[in-house]
Amino acid sequence: MVSLLRNQKVRNALLQVLYVGSIAAMVLAGIVIARRNLADQGITSGFDFLFKSTGWDVNFSLLPATANDPYWWYFLIGIINTLFLGSVGLILATIVGTIVGLARTSSNDLARLLGRTYVDIFRNIPLILQVFFWYAIITHLPTPRSAHEAWGFLLTSRGLYIPFPNVGSAAFAAATVAVIAAIVLPAWLGRTSLLAQPIGQRRTIQFAAAAAALACATIILALGRLPDTPLLDFPALQGLNLRGGLRIPPEFATLAIAIAIYGGSYIAEIVRGGFKSVGTGQVEAALSLGLSPWRVFTLVRLPLALRAMLPILANQYVWLMKATTMGIAVGFTDFFMIVALTINHSGQTLEAIGILMAGFLAINLSLAAVFNRINKAIALKGNQLRG
Amino acid sequence: MEMVIVAPPAPGRLEDLRRRFFATPLQAVVSLACLTIMVFLVWKLLNWAVFSAVFTTSGGPEACQATAGACWSVIAARWRIIFFGLYPYEEQWRSALACVAVVVMTVLSCIPAFWTGRRIALVWGAGTGLFYVLMKGGVLGLAHVGEEAWGGLALTLFIFVTTCLIGFPLAICLALLRRSELPWISRTTGLIIDGVRSLPLISILFTFAVVLPFALPQWLQGDKLYRVILGSALFFSAYQAEIVRGGMQGVATGQEEAAMALGMRYWQRISRILLPQAMRNAMPATINQFVISFKETSLVVIVGFFEILASGNAAYGTGEWRFAYVEVYAFIAFIYFIFVFSLSRYGAFLERRMSVSER
Repeated sequence: MVSLLRNQKVRNALLQVLYVGSIAAMVLAGIVIARRNLADQGITSGFDFLFKSTGWDVNFSLLPATANDPYWWYFLIGIINTLFLGSVGLILATIVGTIVGLARTSSNDLARLLGRTYVDIFRNIPLILQVFFWYAIITHLPTPRSAHEAWGFLLTSRGLYIPFPNVGSAAFAAATVAVIAAIVLPAWLGRTSLLAQPIGQRRTIQFAAAAAALACATIILALGRLPDTPLLDFPALQGLNLRGGLRIPPEFATLAIAIAIYGGSYIAEIVRGGFKSVGTGQVEAALSLGLSPWRVFTLVRLPLALRAMLPILANQYVWLMKATTMGIAVGFTDFFMIVALTINHSGQTLEAIGILMAGFLAINLSLAAVFNRINKAIALKGNQLRG
Repeated sequence: MEMVIVAPPAPGRLEDLRRRFFATPLQAVVSLACLTIMVFLVWKLLNWAVFSAVFTTSGGPEACQATAGACWSVIAARWRIIFFGLYPYEEQWRSALACVAVVVMTVLSCIPAFWTGRRIALVWGAGTGLFYVLMKGGVLGLAHVGEEAWGGLALTLFIFVTTCLIGFPLAICLALLRRSELPWISRTTGLIIDGVRSLPLISILFTFAVVLPFALPQWLQGDKLYRVILGSALFFSAYQAEIVRGGMQGVATGQEEAAMALGMRYWQRISRILLPQAMRNAMPATINQFVISFKETSLVVIVGFFEILASGNAAYGTGEWRFAYVEVYAFIAFIYFIFVFSLSRYGAFLERRMSVSER
């Protein structure tokens, strides 16, 4: 026995078995105890509860939802809410971050100072504090009767009302898909079969694809328009309430604003880092070739900076996606809040936590996969001299 | 014939300004736009926060509602609840002293003279011990105050400090386990680290606060506060472990081979050769992680703790000050800003300092 322990291989195997075994034992013991405790409370484990109706309502959903819907439908709503809020937040944060980041790399001292102040302020205050702050601001806006109004937009404590085209929801969804296609299609075409074509033809085909997709969107919107209504539906006061337009609930608006501002400050730093990483030699070479500053920016600095930024940006996007869980602080029914409510109402604790983990793992992995694809697609071929 | 090269005359002040801000029409437009935005924002802010603000509590909430400016009287009236939460009134000096102890401890650990494993452990151990004794009492004639009465800034600092104190050694262990040569150990550890990293912190805090009691035997459950701290330490260590591992990868393999050739044992190699160099490499990222985890302590408000954000909500939540939410949030944001900004500035300074020494 002692001689066996002296053997390095045996010792290593034993160590590994011990380590993995003790972790597995701890997890298993936890599950067994939890099942017993839950059974004592009359909760049977298993995923049958997914098909029972919930009995409670969600305050925000892109899909139709009633209290009679089963749990699995609510989980789906939660995931879609998280993804929707996440994408709106990401897009807004990217816009804010790009503007501030460009200001930070500008040659103008005043613009740099402005950008730096923005980043220093919003990066150093916790996101949840910003969420609380904006929520307090929005819920203290005037009532619909005395709403702030500008260009058909209404700011009230019941939410933000914006003008909205008078179309059916299915047609609107289809048109959204078409608009996304108009953005994705040219990029995808530029990467695949067209590579052999000369650049002029490639541009034409890409342009045609985008135009066709946009035309599709317009046609869908025109066909889906509700009969006998004006093109745009403006919100207006009727009695004590506002009718018409699209209502953005305060919870959603709060989170989107907070994520855009906080995420924007982080993305601004990534953008700045990306532009800083472009070698001065590259820029000088482009300038000495006689390119105008604008073309130096679009043809040299931006493409190189984008490649440097993308991996870090992907991490930031995953982080921002996870930040949607702040929804529970203001009562926005994102995926995590649905899971927490499920635990409260049904007591199916272990299953709900399992679904939560699986859901976030799936979201993270798919985001990572998308960015890896993009990364690989735009990576510079061969060895590149940088600097 | 002697050539004399004369430098062009230095531009005058006006000329210098013109070159910097009005070199081209576009530059001029950008400069003017930025200037307008800045003047507008600074004027609005000063006007709100200083010129038309109310600073004294003498007029009560009514005096505030009459003015368009900030109502700092809410802070003057409620600062105790923001800083100390529900801590007993006569004992609040202890809470204040405990906060000072933590700040002194943090400042001390930023001084390079304290950057050895033993000294830093000593400083943090003493600081945390002092904090705990001051807050909890029950010895040295101090009255006992249970954790449920802790709140405000002291609770925020306590969660932050204990998170780091538990999380940091755990992170080093996880990093060492992950780079172990035994495949099953490194794979299992990798799975744990990546699993924790893929989850949002809120869900981990929620699991530790609400779900874990089901999965633990009665005698292991402990107080909710310590469970949440454990959860937050686990989250911290998963991120920090990757930072430490990155630092270890930056240490040349020759270093460890040389140590092995000298006949050093595993722990000697780790503690004398690998870790000192790895921690040095990982320093800027580590400071950054501290900054992030300080900001993230505010998330415990969601599982029902009375830390500084929740006590701020309570400070304006009661009847008479209900309108003064902006001032309270601005004040709390300012407190966070002081802590986070000075720490991140320190991180940037460190990064510069180290990049100089590497040249």
